Amino acid sequence: MELDPEEVFRDDDEDPDSDDFWERNTTKELAVYLVDASPKMFSTRCLSDDEKEESHFHIAMMCILESLKSQIINRSYDEVAVCFFNTRERKNLQDLSGVYVFDVADKESLDRPTAKFIKELGNLEDAFVKQIGSQYGIVAETRENSLYNALWVAQALLRKGSVKTADKRILIFTNEDDPFQNMKGGTKADMTRTTIQRAKDARDMGIGIDLLPLSPPEREFSLSNLYADLLGLEGNDLAQFMPAAVERMEEMRDQLRKRMFKKRIVKKLMFTIADGLSIEVNAYALVRQTAPGSITWLDSVTNLPLKVERSFICGDTGALIKETPKRFQNYKNLDIMFTVEELSQLKWVGTQQLRLLGFKPLSCLRDYHNLRPSTFVFPSDEEVIGSTQVFVALHRSMVQLKRFAVAFYSNPLHPRLVALIAQEEIADAIGQHEPPGMHMIYLPYSDDIRQIEELHSHPNITAPRASDDQVGKAAALVRRINLLDFSVGQFLNPALQRHYAVLQALALQEDELPEMEDGTLPDEEGLARPGVVKAIDEFKLSVYGGNYMENASGQGKMTEASKKRKTLMDNAVRESAKYNWADLANRGKIRDLTVVDLKRYLTVHSLPVSGKKEDLILRILTHLGK
Amino acid sequence: MARSKEALVLLLDVGPTMHHLLPEVEKLCSLILQKKLVFSKCDEVGIVLFGTQETKNDLTIEVGGYEHVRVLQNIRVVDSDLADMLHDLPKGSVPGDFLDAVVVGMDLLIKKYDRTNKGKKRLCLITNGLSTVKDPSDGSKEDQASTIAEQMTSYGMRLECVVVRDNWANSSNEIILKENYSIFNLFPQKTSAKTTYIESTTSLFGAIQTRRISPVTIFRGDLEISPELKIKVWAYKKTYEEKFPTLKRHSDKAPSTDRYATHEVKIDYEYKSVQDESKVVPPEQRIKGYRYGPQVVPISSDEWDTVKFKPEKGLKLLGFTNYYNIFRHHYMKDANILIAEPNVDDANVAVSALARAMEKLEKVAIIRCVWRQGQTNVMIGILTPNVAKEDHIPDSFYFNVIPFAEDIREFQFPSFDNLPSSMLPNDQQQEAANDFVKSLDLAASDKEEVLRPEFTPNPILQRFYHFLELKSKHPNAAVPPLDKTLRRITEPDLELFMQKRPVIDAFRRQFEVKEKPKKKSKRLRERPSGSDDEKVSGRLRLNEDIPALTENGGKAEEIGNLTPIQDFEAMISRRDNPDWVNKAIKGMSNKIFDLVENSYEGDNFPKVLELLSALRKGCVVEQEPKQFNDFLRCLCRFCLDHHDLRSFCDILASREITLISKSEAVDSEVDYEEARSFPIKAEPKCESAQ
Repeated sequence: MELDPEEVFRDDDEDPDSDDFWERNTTKELAVYLVDASPKMFSTRCLSDDEKEESHFHIAMMCILESLKSQIINRSYDEVAVCFFNTRERKNLQDLSGVYVFDVADKESLDRPTAKFIKELGNLEDAFVKQIGSQYGIVAETRENSLYNALWVAQALLRKGSVKTADKRILIFTNEDDPFQNMKGGTKADMTRTTIQRAKDARDMGIGIDLLPLSPPEREFSLSNLYADLLGLEGNDLAQFMPAAVERMEEMRDQLRKRMFKKRIVKKLMFTIADGLSIEVNAYALVRQTAPGSITWLDSVTNLPLKVERSFICGDTGALIKETPKRFQNYKNLDIMFTVEELSQLKWVGTQQLRLLGFKPLSCLRDYHNLRPSTFVFPSDEEVIGSTQVFVALHRSMVQLKRFAVAFYSNPLHPRLVALIAQEEIADAIGQHEPPGMHMIYLPYSDDIRQIEELHSHPNITAPRASDDQVGKAAALVRRINLLDFSVGQFLNPALQRHYAVLQALALQEDELPEMEDGTLPDEEGLARPGVVKAIDEFKLSVYGGNYMENASGQGKMTEASKKRKTLMDNAVRESAKYNWADLANRGKIRDLTVVDLKRYLTVHSLPVSGKKEDLILRILTHLGK
Repeated sequence: MARSKEALVLLLDVGPTMHHLLPEVEKLCSLILQKKLVFSKCDEVGIVLFGTQETKNDLTIEVGGYEHVRVLQNIRVVDSDLADMLHDLPKGSVPGDFLDAVVVGMDLLIKKYDRTNKGKKRLCLITNGLSTVKDPSDGSKEDQASTIAEQMTSYGMRLECVVVRDNWANSSNEIILKENYSIFNLFPQKTSAKTTYIESTTSLFGAIQTRRISPVTIFRGDLEISPELKIKVWAYKKTYEEKFPTLKRHSDKAPSTDRYATHEVKIDYEYKSVQDESKVVPPEQRIKGYRYGPQVVPISSDEWDTVKFKPEKGLKLLGFTNYYNIFRHHYMKDANILIAEPNVDDANVAVSALARAMEKLEKVAIIRCVWRQGQTNVMIGILTPNVAKEDHIPDSFYFNVIPFAEDIREFQFPSFDNLPSSMLPNDQQQEAANDFVKSLDLAASDKEEVLRPEFTPNPILQRFYHFLELKSKHPNAAVPPLDKTLRRITEPDLELFMQKRPVIDAFRRQFEVKEKPKKKSKRLRERPSGSDDEKVSGRLRLNEDIPALTENGGKAEEIGNLTPIQDFEAMISRRDNPDWVNKAIKGMSNKIFDLVENSYEGDNFPKVLELLSALRKGCVVEQEPKQFNDFLRCLCRFCLDHHDLRSFCDILASREITLISKSEAVDSEVDYEEARSFPIKAEPKCESAQ
């Protein structure tokens, strides 16, 4: 049996879903940003959020920069190119006029973004007019058509990579909804036709074209002139395009630094509903804790990556162990051996991957019946035709009858009893918030549940209970501090955001760290509102009587451990003050002190007290700055 | 005496009505002992049986009475003999008196420890409560039970009663049951005791904590409602996955004669330069790097320490929101419990007031938590009220972690309403599904809830300890099958499914589900062991990607070496250009020809046959008989010309890969007979073709 032993012993907390390797194998995105650099983009200004006037060109550039900064964190295998049209200078392989492909050294035009690329692109705007220049590129006399040229250049850039493995896109930023307005009759029709055809050709080759329209202040960007046809929009899509586009633009700007995950199937499962009735479902991971990217160890001298090699060494003989060591458990004074195969057989329950056992009302699922993030289950007819129909029927019944299904999930790593909760689709104009399907909740066993409540109870003694009045005051308080539009996932993880910000600052050699706002802190202003304060005061009076202050300042009783710590600390402060540490250090006399003395110094300065005497001395000297 | 040592006395009813349950009781007690042998080897255990013919206990000698109570084993440190003793419990023939047994058990504990070891003395009573308790000489049975309870409290003992309610509990013994149950219910009110009623043998395992765990707080401090209002609380884990014990690695390198061998395995890590494998970098010379695009940005730990996120320890309320605002599937981890600091009455009242108010208003609290000082992240969690049902249990909150924006992956799925109607159930089908869901009810109001997590043991852990025990006796023992009783956790309850047979059949009849024949995935799914499923599914995903891609627009453009059949099928079914069909057939033909040509002693033939039959199938489906027939003839001719390939034609005949006849494709110029006999008559045909 082919088995990775570490797989069997892997700590269950490591989520196999979050494996990085997968992302490299899935399709990547190749995107070309086509930015209109016409004078109109520079001259049209609008007010930004903080009341500053910004040109459309600036807005487009900011969008791209922000998007790149987040992309480098979340989808760094994607490739991008930035290309301007309506420029004075030309720079492209086809040598077409009015199109300028932005490049940095050592990098292809369409490539993975690097810190250098982002930095130079960020500096580009100031020097733009001088270096690249802005100029209308659609000229009737010469029949020049910069938009057509730009599409051509973009399409040529995207020739790289097969359609099989890459998702190709062109994103156009412009504020000109009718680029051919100054053309006349046949020329106009001709230009429009060829441009639309150019776009259609690109679309037929599997390149998606997207538009991020910048509306002039006085009127809305009109799609009907050209872009509806250019993008191939029809019917409903057309109607929804503009509202969605505005939203997308905003989203691009305040991009979350959030690693994106390709929708991929974690597992394909056969869901056995009854004997002779099995349907096919796919499992997806919709909620998983995101960790900052993986650590690569580097050699601090050369900054080159290191490879970690692990080897098992026999404690008795010092010999290198090549084969997978067996495991053992001491039991009745015997070392009981287990092979890897035996351990995986122990966990193997049966061939049926997901087996329905029955249904229960939702109220049977208690809040503590949870162990790990849930897994989403959606039907598939790919191999078993009819699966979706059965699934939808069960789903609807479960929703209607307010029941969840109990099933056994024979996952080879952690076979478990699971609850399947039918979730109805929740969607609005913006999109789908909750997909329809079932969520698989991993249920604890009796071995996993602890009866803490009993630990805190005494027989014969009634636990302190709130009176109706106190509950009433609490209810008033609860109503006061109400988060009306709370939704799960509205908070960004401050630790993760901080991590990304530091990384970005270091990589882009930015001098200062951007201020990160910790959105998880309570709304102090809100809590200071008179109504809230009053509700809190009334609650306090009702529960604590007049004694609250006493409680808070007294800090309750000190525990044994903390008392001990405090004495230790006081003692250390007193004792270590006896020495003039700086002086001792200068005279090289620290070595003469005892370890106890050294540790006192370290305790006082909250430094670790572990290690040999040499380590302690070194630590003290470092702390003294010697 | 070690502080953590526990003394447990098992009080087991072995009377006549218990006989059918004894195997399960044995298994449960064995599991308790096995876990003790692994996790708390110093614990002590005694075993008392009641309902035995025989009487053997100190009290009967000292004061008389206490008949039919047999001390099978006085309290002693757990060892293998004790575990063996539970294997074949003697079956009793007399109805036993459980109160007598409790007193005998207490006597054992008192004689051994007197008043010491408070709170670490436990009595576990397992009975079905079907036998009468003798009338005491004075006072009522309830009085007697109260006295016992008082004694227990004063000696610091705890009693756990597990009462099995099964079919034996019928009307004839209703009076006895009622009386006994009132006694069982009395204990928890009077002393530190817990009574659990169970109906199935599966729940028996869950009714007693088989492993003793002393819970520790993960947080002690303030729950800050506002800077002005802080409530003293403690937090514990409410659920925590119990895993296999940590198994150490074993080295068998030491010579078997070395009696002092530790058999330890040390793990050594070496850091080597990627470019120069011979260069080993000392650990202190390493520096952490994080990816930023294609680059890796080095950050030293010191540097990192100064800039990283360092929140203050504490629990802060962000606000309350409606319960239905939070989806159950957003709970991220094992649950915690937040309970007021014991013996701080106003904190208890404050928690109680909030919990009750929240329950009434159907609200939950959103809180931000940093459990420890020095933690480098925060968590957002929700508090849900846990209002106690019993008077002596304090009110508390359950705490569950909810995701940050970064943790939610917004994948889009098709809306069910937009699916083609053929994929949606019609009214009849929906009706059948409703009946199905209703009838397979695991929580019928007149019965115990089946598979309640609180009473459902982990069958895998049970199997592990069972295996451990087996191996201690026979080192080469095979992995035992899952316990029969516990299989009711992993498999549907036959009884329930039989009983609801008509509904299930009706449901099944309403739907037509058929499997698409697909060789490769079937092969994968039928692997005998699920052990490497994870990896298989990894591979499966890779393979599956190809058909998946072809479905969204047809992306296979040539026949590759890895998955020629899939490529072929994908190409031939592409509809964006009629040329694909020809291209596919051409490509496949070339591939087959190459394989035949490069075949050495027929080693490629099995593969060729696979491809050939795929090609044939494709040509029949696409009604392209001529191309296939021409190719097959040509191939045969080639084979016959080459001496070492002649056998191939014979193989073709035996596998019935023939020309495509008129009956399969109208365009074919070959009739059925000719097709059948093709490979045999190959030679003249070939000549005519020339």
